[in-house]
Order: sequence, then C-alpha cells, then structure tokens
Amino acid sequence: MSALIFLDHADGHIKKNSLEAACYGVKLAEQSGTTAEGIVLGTLSEDVAALGNYGLKKIHYFKYEALNNFDSQVFTSIIAEAAQRINAGVIIFTNNFNGKAIAPRLSVKLKAGLVSGAVTLPVTTNGFVVKKSVFSGKAFANVAINTVIKIITLNANAFKITKSEGTAEVIEPTITVPEQKVKVTAAEKLTGEVQLSEAEIVVSGGRGMKGPENWGIITDLSHALGAATACSRPVADSGWRPHHEHVGQTGLTIAPNLYIAIGISGAIQHLAGVNRSKVIVVINKDPEAPFFKAADYGIVGDAFEVVPKITAAVKKLKGIA
Amino acid sequence: MKILVCISKTPDTTAKIAFTDNNTKFAEAGMQFILNPYDEWYALVRAIELKEADPSVSLHLISVGGADMEPIIRKALALGGDEAFRVNSTSTDPYFIASQVAAIAKQNNYDLIFTGKETIDYNGSSIGGMIAEMLDLPYISLATKFTLNGTTAVVNREMEGGEETDEVPLPLVVSCQKGVAEQRIPNMRGIMSARTKPLKVTESVAADTFTSVISFELPPPKGGVKLVSADTPEELVRLLHEEAKAF
Repeated sequence: MSALIFLDHADGHIKKNSLEAACYGVKLAEQSGTTAEGIVLGTLSEDVAALGNYGLKKIHYFKYEALNNFDSQVFTSIIAEAAQRINAGVIIFTNNFNGKAIAPRLSVKLKAGLVSGAVTLPVTTNGFVVKKSVFSGKAFANVAINTVIKIITLNANAFKITKSEGTAEVIEPTITVPEQKVKVTAAEKLTGEVQLSEAEIVVSGGRGMKGPENWGIITDLSHALGAATACSRPVADSGWRPHHEHVGQTGLTIAPNLYIAIGISGAIQHLAGVNRSKVIVVINKDPEAPFFKAADYGIVGDAFEVVPKITAAVKKLKGIA
Repeated sequence: MKILVCISKTPDTTAKIAFTDNNTKFAEAGMQFILNPYDEWYALVRAIELKEADPSVSLHLISVGGADMEPIIRKALALGGDEAFRVNSTSTDPYFIASQVAAIAKQNNYDLIFTGKETIDYNGSSIGGMIAEMLDLPYISLATKFTLNGTTAVVNREMEGGEETDEVPLPLVVSCQKGVAEQRIPNMRGIMSARTKPLKVTESVAADTFTSVISFELPPPKGGVKLVSADTPEELVRLLHEEAKAF
C-alpha cells in the first residue's frame, strides 16, 4: 500500500506546496514501511527524475500537452486509474486550488475517505487519524478515516521540504486522454513576484496605509525580506490592491512562517485568514488595535516612520546595499 | 433552466469556539448560527441574479441538517428561491452529505448546482466536487465570476497568483467565492413570502460514512505580544532574526 502524491505544476515547474506534499507522503510511507510515488499530469520543463531528491521512488508522468488544460473530471479518472494500478493506500494533494477540485471527486471515485487541510502527519497507532484545521483556524479537529484507501490534502507551509540525493524512476504511461468538457480559454498570471500561497514571509498592509500611493514602503520591506505582499479586505475592495492579495475570511487563507501586518486593525474576519501564521508582527499606531492580542511582536507607532527603518535594518542585516 | 443551491449553517464568524464532552463535541449551547457566508453571499445571490435575468429559471435550495436548520433555510428563501429541501440528518461526513444532495439532484435534473467555497466551520471545500463526481458532471471550484452564454458557462476560477477562464457546457457544479456576486440584505417582501414557500423535508437515503471526528483541540494560547518601542525598530528586526528565527 504505497503513497501516491499528486504533483501540481505551473509554468513547467512543480509547485512548492506540492513538494511539501511529496515530503509529507515520503515521511508517511517511511512510517508504514512502504514507498512514495508521484504523479504528474501535463508537461514539465524540469528534470523529472530529479524529483527523487525529495524521496519519491517513481514518477508516473502523464506527459500530454492536453493535460496542461485542467479539468477535474479527467484528472480524477487518470489519477484513480493510476492509484488502483499501483495499489496506493494513501493519496496526497496539497490543499490548493487544483487539490480542492480533484480530491473530493477522487474520494467518491475510489470510495476513499478524505480529510482536507491536514496540518501534521496522521497518527496510525489506533486507526488512521488526521489533524486538520477547522473553524477558520480557531481550532483543530482529529478526524479518523475509516476506509481502506485514504486521501489527504495538506495545508500549505504545514510540512518542511527536505532534500537529499536521489533519482526517481520515471514512467511515462501511454493513454488516450479522455475528452475534456472544461476548456481553459484564458489564464492571467502574475510573474516575477513571490506567490502569496507559497510565501514563507508575508508583508501585509491595511487601511492604515491611507492609500495605494503609499504602498512603496510595504513593497520595499517585502523585497528586502524576499516576502510576498498581501492586504486586508477594505484595501482590496477599495481597489488599492488586486483581489488576489486579499487575505482573510473571504480571501486567501495563509500560514507563513512570518506575517507582518502594517496598519491592519485585526478584525476577526482578517484573523481567520492568517491566524495559523507561525510568527505574527503587528505595526499599528492604535495601541488598542485588536490585532495586538493575536500578535507575537508589535510596535505601537506610525508605520510611515517605523517601516522604512525596519527595511533599512533588514537590509543591513542581510548585507543588501 | 433549473438551479440548485446547497446551503448550510455555521457558527457566526465572530463566535468564540468551545468544545464539550471531553473535547469530542462542538459546544452549540448559546451559539449564534448563521447561513454559511459563502453559500449566502456568493452561491445563492448569483443564482438569484440568474433567475432575475430569466424568470423561467426555477431555483431550489437544499440543506442537509436537523430541524434547527429551518430558520436558516427561511432566511435563505427570504433572499430568493422558489422552494427548499431539507434532508433530515445531522451527519458531518462530507461523503454522506454529498450523497444526500446527489440523490435529490438525480430526481430533478438540474442544469446548475452551486455551492459556497467551503463552510466556515469544517473548512472542507469537499461537497461540490463530491456531488459532481456522483452525478458525473464537470466541476469548477473556487469560481470568482460566473456568466452564461446560452448553454455554456463561462467561469473564472482562482489559481495561485492569478485566474483562469473556463468554458464548460451545462450541466455542471460550481463552488463560489468572492467576486461571483455581492452580499444582499433580504427585504420585507422577501421575508414575508419566504414563510409560505414550500420547504420539503425528507429522510436521508442510505449512504456510507467515510470519516468521523474523534476530537477537537484549541490551538495553544499565544504567549502575549512582545512590544518594541517605535524609537528602536531595528530591535524588532534583531528579535525576529535571533529569537523567533523567522527569517
């Protein structure tokens, strides 16, 4: 009963969160004395065998251009067939946009119990229990999967990537790609920026920034830290920043190692999107801002004065001129 | 055209979460429940807009829940919709719940089935995809825009750092998030008419349960904020680097 990990990719490269899922699957397979294999649908521009560096023994590489067009129905049928062929006991996805689209379908197709949003490795001493985030980060649930085959989607940044020397055996199955009802007609992607869902550090601005013209100090700090930028809901709703930067209840849920909130009061809806961040820093001139209660570090002060000094200190520390 | 919208109830966003019975049950006593925001603001409102644009659309709501779900269903009907189903079950297993929706959907041949992106309690984001697979339909998850062009749906879906535009023939299942529609407030006429709209209660059909919640945990409490003076921001950088090892 091996572990099968779905490796999602964009622009020819496996997504970072899928590599986290791969390492999670490898560790889980090790615990149960089996091996982990990866599955890729579509075409990559990177060395596929090098995915062995993450501990994967085999890669089932469905190298078809047509599969760069994402249709959850077609992906599910191909993954289900591969999972059955290798007798996979656990199938792992990252809990991202494509993972959320495929995993529930696969659960039905394989009659396999699904836990989405796992935060740690399953406990297998008595059954198979997966800890997941619930109530928008306000609690965790330990959920038992009672079926023979199990499916897990792993939250982003919940498991560390470890690399060592290794080469995966690459298998390129020959299939007839089923007809896809979903046709992707356009894709709008941002390039050259650190992606929010993958970022280990996030610098975020709120209404306290007073206007989009002041965002320079946010981006300066994020560049110095190699961070992604984010914003609160009012900022996105006012059009100061694009919607995809909005973190919170109705926006993206993130859990970076470091979240720096600048001029954000910390409404509960905002916290719901960021409360699983490992370290939270709040910079706000209002000492009564509720965000300070959820923060690890804080500065009560004027962001326009404080943040450039922080940026300078970061640059000095990192030796950036 | 026939549209089905899946709705559920969740604790109010601002509710303080607690557990009872040795952390095995969610403490419902005194809890304010609301219509799950994603179901209400995006899935339901977009379906209502489609009906407003084409009055021949029949719009059904469905919920799998106990009798305490009914005030929430009436609230949804006050916003819009012709009739509602409640499948009488308090199961929390996504496969079981999706099976109930699929059973009703099979009887009615919907052109469109909308769900919210996820419930804000379990955060599963699973029901829509499961229903789609059970009905052998295409599924677009996390839609940010939905329009119809005849019998083809044009849907934008979010992806990492961008968006994709998909064209899909009906029938299909869509999970909706911010961008698909704007939140509405029910008006008095809607509230009055909701009282008399049909709400059909059925018992659940036999279905498997794949998962069970063993226990809940609250995250460890935060140690309290360590404040750094605004006069020495470089001290914050030192702490983040040396103490928190955050970068």
